[in-house]
Amino acid sequence: MSSVTYESVTKKFGDVVAVSDLNIEIPDKEFLVFVGPSGCGKSTSLRMLAGLEEISEGNIYIGDRMVNDVPPKDRDIAMVFQSYALYPHMSVYDNMSFGLRLRKTPKDEIERRVQQAAKELGIENLLDRKPKALSGGQRQRVAVGRAIVREPAVFLMDEPLSNLDAKLRVEARAMIQRLHHRLETTFIYVTHDQTEAMTMGSRIAVLKDGILQQIDTPQILYDYPANIFVAGFIGSPSMNFFDATLTQEDGELYIDTGAFRVKATEEKKQQWSGASSSRVVLGVRPEDIHDPNYAPPGIAAAHVEAMVDVTELMGNEVFIYFKSGNLEYTARVDPRTDAHVGNTMHPVMNVDNMHLFDADTEQAIR
Amino acid sequence: MTTLTKSKRRPVTAADVAAIVWAAGVFLGSLALAVFGIYTLVGAGGYQAIILGAVLLIVGGLLIVRYARLLMAIITERDMVRARKTARLDLIQLFLLFMLAIVLFPVLWIVSMSLDPRDLSRPTGLTIIPPGATLDAYKTVLTQPSANPVSFLQLLRNSLLVSGGTALGAIIVGTSAAYAFSRLKFPIRRLGMLGFVLVLMIPPGGTLAPLFVLLNTVKLRTTLWGLAIAFTSSALPFAIWNMKGFIDALPYDLEEAAQIDGCNRTQSFIRVILPLAVPGMAVTGLWGFLTGWSEFILSWTFLVDPERFTLPMVLRGMVGQYASGTPWSQFSAMAIVMSIPPIIIFFLLQKYLVSGLAVGGVKG
Repeated sequence: MSSVTYESVTKKFGDVVAVSDLNIEIPDKEFLVFVGPSGCGKSTSLRMLAGLEEISEGNIYIGDRMVNDVPPKDRDIAMVFQSYALYPHMSVYDNMSFGLRLRKTPKDEIERRVQQAAKELGIENLLDRKPKALSGGQRQRVAVGRAIVREPAVFLMDEPLSNLDAKLRVEARAMIQRLHHRLETTFIYVTHDQTEAMTMGSRIAVLKDGILQQIDTPQILYDYPANIFVAGFIGSPSMNFFDATLTQEDGELYIDTGAFRVKATEEKKQQWSGASSSRVVLGVRPEDIHDPNYAPPGIAAAHVEAMVDVTELMGNEVFIYFKSGNLEYTARVDPRTDAHVGNTMHPVMNVDNMHLFDADTEQAIR
Repeated sequence: MTTLTKSKRRPVTAADVAAIVWAAGVFLGSLALAVFGIYTLVGAGGYQAIILGAVLLIVGGLLIVRYARLLMAIITERDMVRARKTARLDLIQLFLLFMLAIVLFPVLWIVSMSLDPRDLSRPTGLTIIPPGATLDAYKTVLTQPSANPVSFLQLLRNSLLVSGGTALGAIIVGTSAAYAFSRLKFPIRRLGMLGFVLVLMIPPGGTLAPLFVLLNTVKLRTTLWGLAIAFTSSALPFAIWNMKGFIDALPYDLEEAAQIDGCNRTQSFIRVILPLAVPGMAVTGLWGFLTGWSEFILSWTFLVDPERFTLPMVLRGMVGQYASGTPWSQFSAMAIVMSIPPIIIFFLLQKYLVSGLAVGGVKG
């Protein structure tokens, strides 16, 4: 059990900066998720903490100890790899006990811990098998088992679910959350999948091009994205963005996208009047665009006219791809909608949940 | 429910014509073959003619049946697809039989010669079992392999020592050097690897003079160990190259996992890489063994004491200027006896030579 601190950490591969001036404090027992598109530096950040990559600048602390020059084996960490990296020549039991044997743990203690972990993960009957004889899901559980028998201070997971099919991934997600709950240890988890990040993380660090964009709880990231990148990355389907101009008329604030005009509510007016430029980007989440017949009562509604381009029935909801003028955007509406492809509709947007970004800096205006 | 059948009728192409000509040609040819087989069999003079006749008859008969049915199919059903497929398959078979004959002929000849009691000064034609066949030549080479008073067992021991030493040296040095080239970052890594591959291009024997001087200096030249060291040096470029290819293919994740599990570099090499590199080491070892087993130029130049001679030196001594009329039968018998240990080793290592152990440990 330990906290982890990144202090001005930078990683360069030759001239390429993979991670730039990363500062994060991860308290003990937190489940922190590094998320971002491929090449954003999330894996590199994790691997620097593991000791598998050297740090170019800055310091990393586990607990109070600076670990910059500590070899991986002495950092008191365990890691689950995307490839699982099970030793092919060892049985499941030997794979799981390898770390303990290296540390000269007493035999009966090894036996107890391996059996307990195997039971928890439902792999007791696989202990004699070689990794080759296991399915993908079983290998993944063995990899997790190998990490937990070590009882480390920090768990590192590098995309541990990306090689599983959709159904197994959901199960494994729950399994890892249960583990975090029971073990009460710091987890640091890398993924490119925003759903995994949202469902598992107590906090999420969003990275892009080696730079930390925002770090906060899933709800805050969703409600108050700091910039266009975070806004577009968190949430599925992605937020719709409209290039717009901010205009003032008769003491009211309007956002004009060319195809439709939104009048700011009193609350939003206060937020948005701080904009430094009139060139802005309007962000509206698909779930904040409603079928007019099923819009929730009491919302600050902005009415627009749109043509239905494509509909996708998901069962509990319908995705509608709208066209207004030359704008295209997605809505996530009530399944009772009578939207038909080619029809014109008047969807309702919820002004209270709209986001406004500076067109130049791409930062949120608030 | 209706079943769909592919129509076999379509325009006749050049390939079809070629297939028809081929089929008819083979049919006629196999008729001739069978007739010739019967003729040989009936006019049989000796067992060789009987064997030849029988083989010709059987092959001819099988071909007749096969091609008669094919021709029927062409005539009655116009089944050109089958005709072309058969023609292609049989052409491939013919080529393979030809290659097989090229490979087997020398072996067959050596076996036949080793049984021949006649003291031929120059081997000529092939008789599968020569008149008056005997195993005397084997007895001679096993009891008195050369003019020197050295037993066959002594020679075998020397050869095994040199070859085994070479194999061991190639495995140990080759694997550790290959690991360094594969995994460690150091300044002359690429240049060094290129250097080793270049050494591979030097013809065997090219390094003879420098090795002679070097081993003389350290007073190992006339010993079997010195010889093994010399052989190891010539086996190393391949060993390193081969092992590097093998270690490159092992996922680096495994070593990283081992490091996190508590290994230092040496431990992860010994406990994770080595067990997985066994198939590569088997190939490297076999290569080293064969290098040491068949080499005679260096041995011939370095060794002076007949007590330390190796089997290929004795074999080499049986032919050429100073052979003083060693019968070809003894030379052949020696060659066959010498080929047995490598065969045994090949079978012992077979499991590893064909194994793909590393597959399956990573990814789902």
